[in-house]
Amino acid sequence: MGDTEEILDKAAEWAEAGKGVALATVVTTWGSSPRPVGSKLAVGQDGAFVGSVSGGCVEGAVVEQALEVIKSGEPRLLDFGVTDEQAWDVGLACGGKVQIFVERVE
Amino acid sequence: MKLAFIRKAIAARDAGRPAALATNLKSGLQLYVEGSETEGDLALDDAGLSGVRQALNDDRNTTLETSEGAVFVEVFNPPLRLFLVGAVHIAQPLARMAAMTGYRVTVIDPRTAFATDERFPGIELCANWPDEALEKLRPNRRSAIVTLTHDPKLDDPALQVALKTDAFYIGALGSRKTHAKRCQRLVEAGFNDNLISRIRGPVGLDIGAISPAEISISVLAEITRVLHADRVKNKEAA
Repeated sequence: MGDTEEILDKAAEWAEAGKGVALATVVTTWGSSPRPVGSKLAVGQDGAFVGSVSGGCVEGAVVEQALEVIKSGEPRLLDFGVTDEQAWDVGLACGGKVQIFVERVE
Repeated sequence: MKLAFIRKAIAARDAGRPAALATNLKSGLQLYVEGSETEGDLALDDAGLSGVRQALNDDRNTTLETSEGAVFVEVFNPPLRLFLVGAVHIAQPLARMAAMTGYRVTVIDPRTAFATDERFPGIELCANWPDEALEKLRPNRRSAIVTLTHDPKLDDPALQVALKTDAFYIGALGSRKTHAKRCQRLVEAGFNDNLISRIRGPVGLDIGAISPAEISISVLAEITRVLHADRVKNKEAA
């Protein structure tokens, strides 16, 4: 859990510096998803990010969505399914599904 | 998430106070819960609140189905801690590996020639006598304690205090023979076998470890296994 603390710290630091920040959190997982519930990704308005919500396969898409959430302020709930074949393509060992909540830091 | 909640959650965790944040996954409305106090714009009924308390007790992030829709509960529990008694050679790699694993590590050794910042960069050091140190640092159910000195003068008082705490893991370095003698001394000190059986000795998983780093892996592996006992699949092979 030391991880979460560092990511939240970074998010707070960016926000306090006046940067737009969004937090993405894994809220549900099915099957063998690579990161447990509660895993986080903090995204800055400049596209910088810390943390992870998957083994790397959905981060790109999450960052994209996070940038839109920073603009709109509307939270989003994202669903990602990873089939075994796709998982293989992106370098994960096995498939799984994750649900990720994205919100702006106010 | 409100910036204020992030700061509060971090402060609560640092201070060892359990806290939780409940988020409605549709509206994004949130309720921050710490002890009996709540703050935020998400209204939760009694069932919802007791769900939050349950998540805190279980130390598990979870999603509750409420009348207002799905509510995600994130738990901010105090960090895992590891207390190492003895600033000996093995403590050096073990402290570093444990810190990487997410533990807040404290090395306890009254022999200040051993417990130096040079030998333990970035690790909290405590130069008190081990029993006094542990009484002061108050290990809880999210703490692991490992004695490493081989010296009964240092290890025994530490173990006597450790056995009175809720620490989830207590381990003592030393051979089977050393451990048997140690247990005998604890019996003489008034501890019963049931209590003494909490001490894992010889410490660590049997992976044939030889070097200090390998022994550290074996100890940290055992601590992890105890911490996540409910996730261990092949319990028979333990």
